[in-house]
Parts: sequence; structure tokens; C-alpha cells
Amino acid sequence: MIRRLLPPLLSGTLFGAGLALGGMTNPARVRGFLDLFGDWDPTLAFVMGGAVIVMAIAWRFQPRMAHPLFAPKFALPDRSDLTARLIGGSALFGIGWGIAGLCPGPGVAALVIEPASAAIFVVAMLAGMFLVRLTEGNG
Amino acid sequence: MMLPGFSEAAPLAGLAGGILIGLAAALMLLGAGRIAGVSGIAARATGISNSGMSRSSAWMFLIGLPLGALIVAMATGGIEASFADPLYLVIAGLAVGVGTRLGSGCTSGHGVCGVSRFSQRSVVATLTFMAFGIATVAVMNMAGLEVLQ
Repeated sequence: MIRRLLPPLLSGTLFGAGLALGGMTNPARVRGFLDLFGDWDPTLAFVMGGAVIVMAIAWRFQPRMAHPLFAPKFALPDRSDLTARLIGGSALFGIGWGIAGLCPGPGVAALVIEPASAAIFVVAMLAGMFLVRLTEGNG
Repeated sequence: MMLPGFSEAAPLAGLAGGILIGLAAALMLLGAGRIAGVSGIAARATGISNSGMSRSSAWMFLIGLPLGALIVAMATGGIEASFADPLYLVIAGLAVGVGTRLGSGCTSGHGVCGVSRFSQRSVVATLTFMAFGIATVAVMNMAGLEVLQ
């Protein structure tokens, strides 16, 4: 049980620490990064760059492993089709990200930084997710 | 460290934060065999989605997010943050919720995990949400909308 639950807890904790340290739990900084044509703040490019470099290395190890360290098998996405749903959904997500400077990870992590504001965002986000499920059935 | 020309930027803290996020995603991949995509994990934990990791694992990851932020806040003496007004938070939250379900992911799943494995879908999704995020802020600034409190 602990062997199974500890990796996701540790992963989430590292993730939340990284978000806070990198400034992503501050919507002002995120909107500053998106303000490319105004007073641009490039900090987020360093956050994404650092994360992508580490993960690119991890992806080099993954095919050489018969199974994950603490699980029986890998369960990874393998789709490559570009759909209107993917692009339209990502566009809508981008609009929401731009409006408040929050995406799902920082929204949840910020529950301990600015609880009331973060909770409003997270509840609305879950409501939006639920709306998609209502209209489309289980996914 | 300062970045010349960008007085507000914190490149070293950003890079350190990014490396931690990368390590977190690497642990999820190599340890649990899963993608550390926060939107999908949040949907899974709340029962909105029925596919993916176990619900208990999803909750563990979600609980970790504020826990990690709390550790950084205590270690650094507080985290600066300026949030949008409630009306904007609601509109943004709804758009992010619907958009990430339709688009099968967000900044973490597509932007970090997918881009780093050169997934075609993730690269397109990331370019799309970045472009629309930049355009949204530009349009709101042009309209003179002050969002942050």
C-alpha cells in the first residue's frame, strides 16, 4: 500500500514545490509571461525549459525498463491523431489560462497560498470538467 | 540573478522550480508508469474520469501539490501571489476545466510530459494554448481590463 501510494504523493509534493519555487503559483507572474507584446516576464520559459529537459532524459530511460519501479506496467498515451477537439479544447484552455493566469496544477497548489481565490478557480474548473462529462458521458 | 532587460524575471528560481517539476514528472513516469498530467489526475481523483491511475494514487498526487507549495512557502518565508477577481476566476476556471477535458491535458501533461517525448498531439496542444493565452492577455490589456487584485 505504502509502496504504491508513496510515489504519487512524493511526485505531487515535488511538483507543487517546483510550481511554487518557479513562481507559477503567482498568477501575476504567469500573466507576465503571457504578456509577450507588453511587459514580458520570461521566468516561465525557464520553468518549462528546466522541466522539459529533465523529462526528456527520463523518456530516454523509459524504453529500457521492462516495467516501472513501483508498478507492474507502463500505461502511457499513444495517440498521434490531431483532432478539432484537441485543438479547440487547447484553445479554450489557453483563453482561461490567460484570463486568470492559472492552470490546473498551480490552481490546486495555491490552495495553501491564497485559499479563497484558489478554491473558486478549482471548483469552477471541476465544474467545467463535469460539464464535459455530462454532455459526453464517461471518459 | 537578474536577467538584463527583464527586471521582474527570476530565471534561477524558475529553472530550479522547473527541474523539480521535471523530477516529479520523471518519478511518476519511471516509478508509477504514468503521465503526471494534473488536469487528468484531478478529473480522476474526483471521479469525473474513470480512466487512468487508481483514485487513491490520484488523490495522493493532488494532496502533494499544496503540500509542496506549503513547504516552499515555509522555507522561503512566504510566496508572493496576486490573484484575479472572483468573477474572472470563475470564468477562467470553467474555460480551463472544459478546455483541458476536450484537449486531453494541460500545461503539465501536454506542455511538460508530452513535449519532452515529442508527441505530435502535445506539441500542437502546447503551441495552441500558449498562442491563445498570449492573445487573451494581449486583447485584455488592449481593452484595459485590470484582472489582478
